[in-house]
Amino acid sequence: MSEKIIKTTGLYKSFPRKGGAAKTATHYCPGCGHGVLHKLIGEALHDLEIQDSAVMISPVGCSVFAYYYFDCGNIQVAHGRAPAVATGVSRATDKVVISYQGDGDLASIGLNETMQAANRGEKIAVFFVNNTVYGMTGGQMAPTTLVGEKTVTCPNGRDPMTQGYPVHMCELISTLKAPVFVERVALTDPAHIRQARTVIRKAPQNQKEGKGYTFVEVLSACPTNLKMSTVDTNKWVNEVMTKEYPLGNFRDNTAEAAEIVRAKSDFSKEALDKLFGAGKGDEKAASGEELPDVQVKIAGFGGQGVLSLGTMIAQAGLSVGRNVSWYPSYGPEQRGGTSNCSVTLATHAIGSPVIYRPDLLVAMNRPSLEKFKNDVKPGGVIVYDAIMGEVEMPAGIKGIAVPAQQLADEAGNPKGANTVMFGVIAALGVTRLPDVAFRNALANSFAKKPQLIPVNEKLLDFVRDWAKKNA
Amino acid sequence: MEIDKTKPYPVINPLECKSCSRCVVACPKQCLSIGKKLNERGYYAAEYAGTGCVGCASCFYSCPEPNAIEIHIPQKG
Repeated sequence: MSEKIIKTTGLYKSFPRKGGAAKTATHYCPGCGHGVLHKLIGEALHDLEIQDSAVMISPVGCSVFAYYYFDCGNIQVAHGRAPAVATGVSRATDKVVISYQGDGDLASIGLNETMQAANRGEKIAVFFVNNTVYGMTGGQMAPTTLVGEKTVTCPNGRDPMTQGYPVHMCELISTLKAPVFVERVALTDPAHIRQARTVIRKAPQNQKEGKGYTFVEVLSACPTNLKMSTVDTNKWVNEVMTKEYPLGNFRDNTAEAAEIVRAKSDFSKEALDKLFGAGKGDEKAASGEELPDVQVKIAGFGGQGVLSLGTMIAQAGLSVGRNVSWYPSYGPEQRGGTSNCSVTLATHAIGSPVIYRPDLLVAMNRPSLEKFKNDVKPGGVIVYDAIMGEVEMPAGIKGIAVPAQQLADEAGNPKGANTVMFGVIAALGVTRLPDVAFRNALANSFAKKPQLIPVNEKLLDFVRDWAKKNA
Repeated sequence: MEIDKTKPYPVINPLECKSCSRCVVACPKQCLSIGKKLNERGYYAAEYAGTGCVGCASCFYSCPEPNAIEIHIPQKG
């Protein structure tokens, strides 16, 4: 007579990674709900034929070794970080992604990431095992511990006045718009387990169909830490725990939910260069010349155009085949704080963008001048705004006071104080860049307002003449 | 103990049983019990009475150990 055999599927036959003598038994305590859930998920993976296309994310907690058991792709991640890793796997591949987390992992240390992943509607199936305690570490209070429930860290019972109230994950996640399916089940007696089985199969099924965030909370017995027999613990879950955590479906948009299809990201160098408007850099500068590095520090108040002046010098270098680096440093203020940037122009690869001894310092205000003037290399140049008045230069340093605003006004371009500084730098020759480099950079920086290019070119010429006479 | 294999029956691997009793209380026909023999790992394994199983698999789905229990259901024909 032929037989139909109901047995465990979707899990490995033995668990050699576990070590020890009992390689065919789980590491879970007698009566633990984890084993029951492992079997149900394994069966679902097997029946849906997705073992080869599923990735299980194991958490930290009792189920840290879930990867010993599930016969599918496995990753074990840091405490509470399953949503982040699951997001990465789900977005980078077409795999069915399942995270398996306990109450400490998901509702405490991983609560933020859980809510964010749910809110983004990531294509992941989340199994949340709620047994009201931190099991692996010995039964400490968890976010889900019931009011009055005794644990090793609340030996008199959880007191809401000092420890707050139990956290309800299904209810929290149901406040978000994106999740597709949210349900709470219990793995206690056969009736509840059968009901749970249907729901547990739905989670990977949804992922197979690309339907988005599916959250299944599983009330599960921890006889060891609740210090009761398995039978009594299951009774306690049914009679006490479900009063705090009512079973049932909180959301089911499975039927309406369309498959989530995200735009493909293009991280090619060409796409990124285009996005950031960057030119080409190379190991060796395209010009083929070999020149010493030129290091420029530009400093001033935030809002004075310090950083953009730096990018213009870097762009000038790029446009004639130099390797360049541009390295900003600024305070948290959008306007008014101090700000500086370091620009290196080189014909070789640049090791570090940090500058300690600039060849050229452009100081837009006195505090910046005082802060950096003694760093300038002997023989170097300091260009500063003439508005500062009398300034004492360090020995061997050439100082050039530029009446930037006045020159801009005289040239009929009152918004061009920055271009004035740029023009002075061009005229000085410290950067070893040809004239065309500065014109290229000007055209590049006004690429979105081409009508401003001629007036700024005119200003550049005007400043060059001024610099010949004054610098 | 003789098992009637013309009817459904559970196959218990006594080595894998951790004596948690989930299957015993799950069985609607009360045909499972905790035995009196210690297994190699130090647990008293569950036992089938030899008759009474209806193949509902409640014990299988209640059991946390992947390799401790199977349900065999004879097929007609």
